[in-house]
Amino acid sequence: MFAGSYPAGRKENLKHRATILGAIRSFFSENNFIEVETPHRIPLPIPEAHIDLIDSGSWVLHPSPEICMKRLLAAGFERIFQFCRCWRDAERGSLHLPEFTMLEWYRTNADYSQLMDDCEGLVRAAAEAIGLQGTIRRQGHTISLNGSWERLTVREAFYRYAGISAEVALEKDLFDEIMVCKIEPQLGMDTPTILMEYPTERGSLARKKLGQEDVAERFELYIGGLELANAFSELVDAEEQRTRFVQEQEFRSAAGKTVYPLPEKFLQDLSNVPPSAGIAFGIDRLVMLVLDADRIDQVVAFTPEEL
Amino acid sequence: MYSVADLRKGLKITLDGDPFIVIAFDFVKPGKGQALYRTKMRNMINGTILDRTYRSGETFEPAFLEERTMQYLYKEDNHYCFMDNQNFEQLSISEDAIGDAKNFLIDNIEAEILLFKDKPIGVSLPNFVNLRVTQTDPWLKGDTTGSDSKPATIETGYVLRVPPFIEEGELITIDTRTGEYSTRVKG
Repeated sequence: MFAGSYPAGRKENLKHRATILGAIRSFFSENNFIEVETPHRIPLPIPEAHIDLIDSGSWVLHPSPEICMKRLLAAGFERIFQFCRCWRDAERGSLHLPEFTMLEWYRTNADYSQLMDDCEGLVRAAAEAIGLQGTIRRQGHTISLNGSWERLTVREAFYRYAGISAEVALEKDLFDEIMVCKIEPQLGMDTPTILMEYPTERGSLARKKLGQEDVAERFELYIGGLELANAFSELVDAEEQRTRFVQEQEFRSAAGKTVYPLPEKFLQDLSNVPPSAGIAFGIDRLVMLVLDADRIDQVVAFTPEEL
Repeated sequence: MYSVADLRKGLKITLDGDPFIVIAFDFVKPGKGQALYRTKMRNMINGTILDRTYRSGETFEPAFLEERTMQYLYKEDNHYCFMDNQNFEQLSISEDAIGDAKNFLIDNIEAEILLFKDKPIGVSLPNFVNLRVTQTDPWLKGDTTGSDSKPATIETGYVLRVPPFIEEGELITIDTRTGEYSTRVKG
C-alpha cells in the first residue's frame, strides 16, 4: 500500500497519539483510578440489537469490555479504567474501523453526571498534552473546551434540529436517520455537547431516570459533530436487565441476526454491583479530534486495507 | 442488483427511473443505533444532487449506460442530428441533452454520445476543437485601457474572451471542458 514509504503525516499523528494516551493515563492516576486488563476473547456477549460480532473459535472477540469490567465492580473495585482493542463486524467508514481502541472507565457510588465532569477533565488533558490551549479547531470551527459544556436532552435536540419529537421519530422508525443527518452534524460546534436522557428503549444498559421513567440516564459526548463517548448510570437491577436483554435478543431474532444465549455469570454478578456509572470512549476519534483529522485512517498504525 | 455493500464512488444506479452516479459515500452508525449508509448522488440527466441514507439490506438497480461514437451532421429546429459511422444509424438529440457541447459543434465533428435506455443524455466532445472567429473588434494600437482580452463570436454563435491580437476570420483552439480560448491556429 505504501510502496515502502510510510506517510510522514501519519507517523507524526502516531507520535501525538502516544502523547495523548500518556496524558489520559496520568489523568486517571491523579483521580485514583486503577488500570485493569480483562479478556478480549469471551464466550458470550451482551445482547445488543445493532452490534455484530467477529467469531474467535466458538467464542467471540469482545465488542466492548463492559461485561468483565462490571464484574470487577461486583468484585469490589471502585474506580477502574481500561484501554483495549474492540471488534465490531462490518463497521468501516471515515469514523469506523472493525478493530478500534476503546477506553472504558467505571465509578461506583456515582451516576452519569460525575462522568460528564470526567469527560471535561479528560478532553482538556488530551488537548493540553499536544499543546492546545483550551480550544480545538475542527473543520473550520473553533470549539472552546473551557467554560461550561452544553447539556442538551435528546428531546430538546429533536425539537431544535429536526422539528419533530423523539417519540414520533421512534414510532416512524426514523430515529437513527434523523440523529445522523440532522442532529449530529450540529452538535458540539461551539463548546462540546453532552446529549443526554435517551428514550429508555435506546439505553438498554442504563438506569431509568428517577421520576421520569420514559428516559434513561444515558449520555453521548459530541465535539465538532463527532460522537466520542457513550455513558450510563448503570442499570444494576438484574431482573430488569434480563428483561431488557430479552428485548434486544427478540430484535436480533426478528432481524435474522445471530442470537447468543444470555451471559448468565454477568447477570448473577450484577446484583452485587453497587450504584455505578460507566462510559465507553472512542480513543481513535479523540485523537482525530485534537489533531483535526478527517478520517480515522490517519490516526491508526494500519487500516485493514493496508494489511 | 447491488447491495449497500457495493456502494462506492462512481457506482451508477437507477433511482426513480433516472440514472445516478454515486459521488460521495460513508458508513455511519449513531451510538447504539443501526448501520446507515449516507450517499450523495448526481442525476446523470439533469445534474441534480441527491442525498440519500440507506440501511443494510437495501438493494439498488444498476444503471446500464452505453457510449457511442457518432458524427455530428446538422441542426434542425431545436434538435441536433448525429450519425453512427459504423451502421449509418441516425440519432436526434435535444438541445437540453446536448448542454454546453452545442457551443462547439462543427459539422462532421466526432462526439461520444452517452445513452441511457437508448435515450441520449449527454454528449462529450474532444477536449480541444478548432473554431473560426466570425466577429471581433480590431485591436487598436495604443489602447491604454490595459485590457488583455476582448470578446469574440465564433461560428456557432458562442462568445468568449480572446487575446487582443486575434482577428476576424482566424481559427482558434478552444478547450471544450472550460469553454475558454486555448491558442491561435497558425496558417
